[in-house]
Amino acid sequence: MAFQEIKNVVIRGMAACVPEHVEDNRQQPLLGSAEDIARFIENTSIIRRHTVGNSGICTSDLCFTAAQQLINELGWQKAEIDCLLFVTQTPDYQLPSTACILQERLGLPTECFAMQISLGCSGWVYGLSTIASLICNGQFKKGLLLVGDTVTVTKSPLDKSTFPLFGDAGTATAIEFEEGAAGIKVHTGTDGRGYDAIIIKDGGYRHPFSESSLQMQERETGIVRNNLQSYLNGTDVFIFGITRAPQSIKALAQRFNIDLQELDYVVFHQANKMMTEQIRKKIKVAPEKIPYSLSEYGNTSSASIPLTMLTALKEQLTHGKQKLIGCAFGVGLSWGSVYFETENLCCPSILYL
Amino acid sequence: MALLTFDQIGIAGLAACVPSNTIDNLTYTDNFEAAAVAEIVEKTGIRERRFALPGICASDLCFAAAEKLLKELDTDRSTIDLLIFISQTPDYRMPATALLLQHRLGLGKHTAAFDINLGCSAFVYGLSVAYAMMQTGGFRNVLLLDGETRSRVYSPKDRKTAFLFGDGGVAALITRREKAGKSFFSLHSDGSKSDYIKMDAGGYRMPSSPATLEERVVDEYGNIRTDEHGYMNGTDVFNFVLSEIPKDIRQLLEYGGLQISDPDYFVFHQANSFMNDYLIKKMKVPVEKAPSCLAQFGNTSSVSIPLTIVSRLQQTNYADKQLLLSGFGVGMSWASCIIRLSDCLITELVEI
Amino acid sequence: MTERFIQLFKETLEMEDKDVQPSDAFREYEEWDSLGQLSLIAMIDEEYDVVIEGKPFMEIKTIGELIKTIEQLKSAL
Repeated sequence: MAFQEIKNVVIRGMAACVPEHVEDNRQQPLLGSAEDIARFIENTSIIRRHTVGNSGICTSDLCFTAAQQLINELGWQKAEIDCLLFVTQTPDYQLPSTACILQERLGLPTECFAMQISLGCSGWVYGLSTIASLICNGQFKKGLLLVGDTVTVTKSPLDKSTFPLFGDAGTATAIEFEEGAAGIKVHTGTDGRGYDAIIIKDGGYRHPFSESSLQMQERETGIVRNNLQSYLNGTDVFIFGITRAPQSIKALAQRFNIDLQELDYVVFHQANKMMTEQIRKKIKVAPEKIPYSLSEYGNTSSASIPLTMLTALKEQLTHGKQKLIGCAFGVGLSWGSVYFETENLCCPSILYL
Repeated sequence: MALLTFDQIGIAGLAACVPSNTIDNLTYTDNFEAAAVAEIVEKTGIRERRFALPGICASDLCFAAAEKLLKELDTDRSTIDLLIFISQTPDYRMPATALLLQHRLGLGKHTAAFDINLGCSAFVYGLSVAYAMMQTGGFRNVLLLDGETRSRVYSPKDRKTAFLFGDGGVAALITRREKAGKSFFSLHSDGSKSDYIKMDAGGYRMPSSPATLEERVVDEYGNIRTDEHGYMNGTDVFNFVLSEIPKDIRQLLEYGGLQISDPDYFVFHQANSFMNDYLIKKMKVPVEKAPSCLAQFGNTSSVSIPLTIVSRLQQTNYADKQLLLSGFGVGMSWASCIIRLSDCLITELVEI
Repeated sequence: MTERFIQLFKETLEMEDKDVQPSDAFREYEEWDSLGQLSLIAMIDEEYDVVIEGKPFMEIKTIGELIKTIEQLKSAL
């Protein structure tokens, strides 16, 4: 079973940075008539999205800005940071690893573990479990988990099934070793059969980039994209989300004797409201405990859990103790749930680039 | 300090797979004159490399290695709780290749899976992550796969890199092993040197376009490549290795309470024979303790350390040996570790 | 079950004033689109506690077939 109980680690703070530039779905021609737009917004609740557009801003820029702010507000010394983990599917380069570039940009010492993980929507949960595993023995004292994507750059602006759903964001989560801390409890899973439910066909080594990769093709009415832009099978992903996510949360709760009614919040990966509502009903948690960032930011891939915490729960997290489950699911197909507690979390305001 | 200690975590088995398609560097003369080529072979010590044929990716090499390993170990695949795929030449930009491999290898849906993107230091980094995840107690076994098709990263018309790189894939099963005792890791990163080895296009800083596919002359020697090809500044890399690696190994040995004479074998990343010979000499490591497979397989990036063990250290099969591994390269990133192989299966090399 | 299902189907796709028969090819309704498809999946999950997998779902043509598949899945539970 992919369960982990990782003690002696604490989440000290989180920060997020989004592009200043906003796309408003109420003016999105892809969505069709005014009635169609209204229906789309009612079902998904996605009204606005922050996107990098043609600015050339990369995920690492967003994560750098978030991390810099977080380090300053926590009063951490850069020389004390032992570990940097960068989780993304939109790195600066195929090589070198962007984690090394971020290590230098942030002014972290060369005596620092720096590594990049490639994973999508489930990335924050997996990243958290990985960095926590590295820190829990106490040899690393402080670590930074940088998670995000410029996912809109991978979507076709002529694809109504994807473009209006996504937004860009970069986040930073600060984790520290603390002897005796309760830590985190994690459940994860993978179903690689569903690898093509969300996929960019070209640009890797299975189908290398060529000129034909950029040819826009109409796949269906209203869906025009090239092979460097991602395909999304909405139905398969929806079915996957409403089955796996509740299963994962229930498995986590059962394994670690967590009473879901005792939770303060369940923070879901932000894909669409209809899906999240379905999951919420299955785990029987009250609507007030489910925060959202969908309407302003859309689906921000792996950044969505920290971004939602910072935008919807800033007050609550900053003062007092909270018990949360974060639940992420998506590309792969990959999913994970994590139970964690926070106390007086450092939560700077959202930053803009 | 990025120093880590683990206890009673070890490698149960190690397998490697290379393409059977062999390139003899002396006859790799389509773009350069035979005399010049002979000189390069002499200087680098790389005589042959393996190039994956079209249709074969790094994940296929790892799949073959993993199948061999799991069959010979007779592993119950449902006990593999984590699969990590290390590569900078993955199948797709999205999804991560580990997810496809989870399904291909018939692993359970409870298996966690993700890719690690890091270069020549990545096997040691990957081991540290696998060991850390095992040490938390929740996982029974971790399958660590590391594969690269570097033959596709570099331009055959760029003399600086055309003769150096080759392809390979490895699989390691990490498990709880009392006799493995303590293992020690030292990990580093220096992004100020991130342009020493780089591929400009193909990520999101310089998106792929028709322009990034255009070949152009890149220096006064007439070397040709596109933005979608990697390049390397050999002198800077060499200087970096000489200044950092001996220091790192000394620090690691001290951290582990060991002397240079203690490890049975030293397995260095296989990049350049001159560089490795110099390292061995400087650190006073007996030549017989430092195996090399560079001449036969070239630089396979992070695959080179485990590939060296499988191809050159068959005598460690089911033996009890202490190894010091040192990986260094693109990033620049470097990592060393001291691990004990105890009752570890080293399979025969697989070729596909 | 047929009556209740048809009622819920009409509510989900906002076609309460239309006549829906088990023999209808529901993908040909004017009101049918990708959002409607997702809403239907959610409704079936909520009402019947079953989820029809992606590929089999795409092969179902009529309301009657939907009902039959749901019944089969429920009896297998």
